[in-house]
Amino acid sequence: MRNAFADAINELGDSNPDLVLLAGDIGNRLFDSFKGKHPSRFFNCGVAEANMTGVAAGLAASGLRPITYTITPFNTVRCLEQIRLDICYPNLPVIVVGTGAGLSYANLGATHHSMEDIAILRTLPNMHVVCPADAAEVRPAVMDALRLARPTYIRLGKKGEPAVYTSPPSDFRIGRAISLRDGNDVAIVGVGNMVERALRSAEQLASSGVSAQVVNLHTVKPLDDALLTHLFQQRRLVVVMEEHGLAGGAGSAILEWGNLHGLDVRKLLRLAGPDRFLLACGDQERTRAALGLTAEAATRQILARLG
Amino acid sequence: MLDSTQLAARFRAQAVEMSHEAGAAHLASSLSCIDIVSVLYHSVLRIDPVRPDFDERDRFILSKGHAATALYAALAYRGFLTEDDLKTYGKAGSLLEEHPSPKLPGVEAATGSLGHGLPCGTGMALAAHIRRLNYRCFVLMSDGECNEGSVWEAAMFASAHRLGNLCAFVDFNKWQATGRSCEVLALDPLADKFRSFGWDVREIDGHDHAQILTAAKIAGMQREQPIMVVAHTIKGKGVSFMEDDNNWHYRIPTQEEVQRAKAELGQA
Repeated sequence: MRNAFADAINELGDSNPDLVLLAGDIGNRLFDSFKGKHPSRFFNCGVAEANMTGVAAGLAASGLRPITYTITPFNTVRCLEQIRLDICYPNLPVIVVGTGAGLSYANLGATHHSMEDIAILRTLPNMHVVCPADAAEVRPAVMDALRLARPTYIRLGKKGEPAVYTSPPSDFRIGRAISLRDGNDVAIVGVGNMVERALRSAEQLASSGVSAQVVNLHTVKPLDDALLTHLFQQRRLVVVMEEHGLAGGAGSAILEWGNLHGLDVRKLLRLAGPDRFLLACGDQERTRAALGLTAEAATRQILARLG
Repeated sequence: MLDSTQLAARFRAQAVEMSHEAGAAHLASSLSCIDIVSVLYHSVLRIDPVRPDFDERDRFILSKGHAATALYAALAYRGFLTEDDLKTYGKAGSLLEEHPSPKLPGVEAATGSLGHGLPCGTGMALAAHIRRLNYRCFVLMSDGECNEGSVWEAAMFASAHRLGNLCAFVDFNKWQATGRSCEVLALDPLADKFRSFGWDVREIDGHDHAQILTAAKIAGMQREQPIMVVAHTIKGKGVSFMEDDNNWHYRIPTQEEVQRAKAELGQA
């Protein structure tokens, strides 16, 4: 996904003369093309994320359209107050990009894991939280964030994510979830790089006679009221899969939403990570397997819930 | 037509009154920086209350946002607010909050949490270079604020990117909330610290309007170094019974103290 982001920026930098890219001493060769074409609009801010965020706010307040980029925990929890006060409070058009979210950097240890970012960022007023499902969805997400011109957090994977789309969604809109597969019994709501797993789980369920709808919830804030209402009213089970902790992520957001709207939240099954730092966990696939964030584990849990 | 010194006396009287009427703290912090604010708003800032967002305006950020009353007095002077607005300070429903709100015209950054003004101001100064506009950005910090790491991140960035149109002041009144700023953390030698970060540092008497004006005028697009004005000031300056008394960081003046202060300031 990060290559897709670099490609998107290269192209959007040409058509958006106000776009300024700020990187936190990361993305070594990724942005060479952008840097070459637009040297006055690329800044390596060094390992100083609080300042990078403040500078972005200052740029946005002065008519430019900044995008900040570094590894997810460093661009979120590290500089949270700057995001909160410099960007969200004055409602400035800054795009905060976190790369390598979730367990993309599993083998680098907990310092590089990001299992709390959705939870924390969505609590900020004015903030939008967007999790593209695959590389093809990155450019539409960035484009729509530019159109929106509000504080927006875009959560990217790293590389090698399986494709969900054969061609980029043409009608991508922040806040409008995309139903990828029809099904009547259950709905599996995938977030970010779990969407592909949701689709595989749906195929597995089909061979057990369970018909599963799959939804790409690319936007965790704001939630898609209409689509979620439909799911809760029409499906026996609503499953949420995210590479994030159980506490506060997309599943929690939907739980809160369901309660607020008087819907039956007993139908909700949230599949996410545990309330602990992950130690000696190995690579991303091994870690996901240990946490039950696989298509097979989801299928097992869904069948068990259905009885 | 008042000169900046007369204006400063008026701003001080207004700050004392606002503190009393609202029961709001941070009076001494406001008093120490009023000379800097007065000079900037009287003689330096290219701003326009009719076009508060015009592209080539100068930016001023009160990074020490707790000195909001100084800013409000100045904004009223320049017509961004009215004198009646000042009477609403700190009251329910008023946009004149105890720290500057982003919704107020003339407020460039919503400060109140220390350490944010310099990074934001750095971004605003940088934007001028990117957009090829000609304006300056002024950031007023406190000495205690220089405890915050983000100040030093910004200091490195501004120097690395040669933002000569960025001019920061430290209202060096030698106190922070809980003690002398040189005792809480090893703040001294403050000027040397900014110098070592690559800034063009000027040390001045922060209550001498000629020195403030000279320093402020150094900033410009053509320069290669950001400017740091270390302004030696007295906390509570202008009211004899508040000067250098850190109780006045939090203490609210009584009606009697307001009258005494205004008499001293020639604003009775």
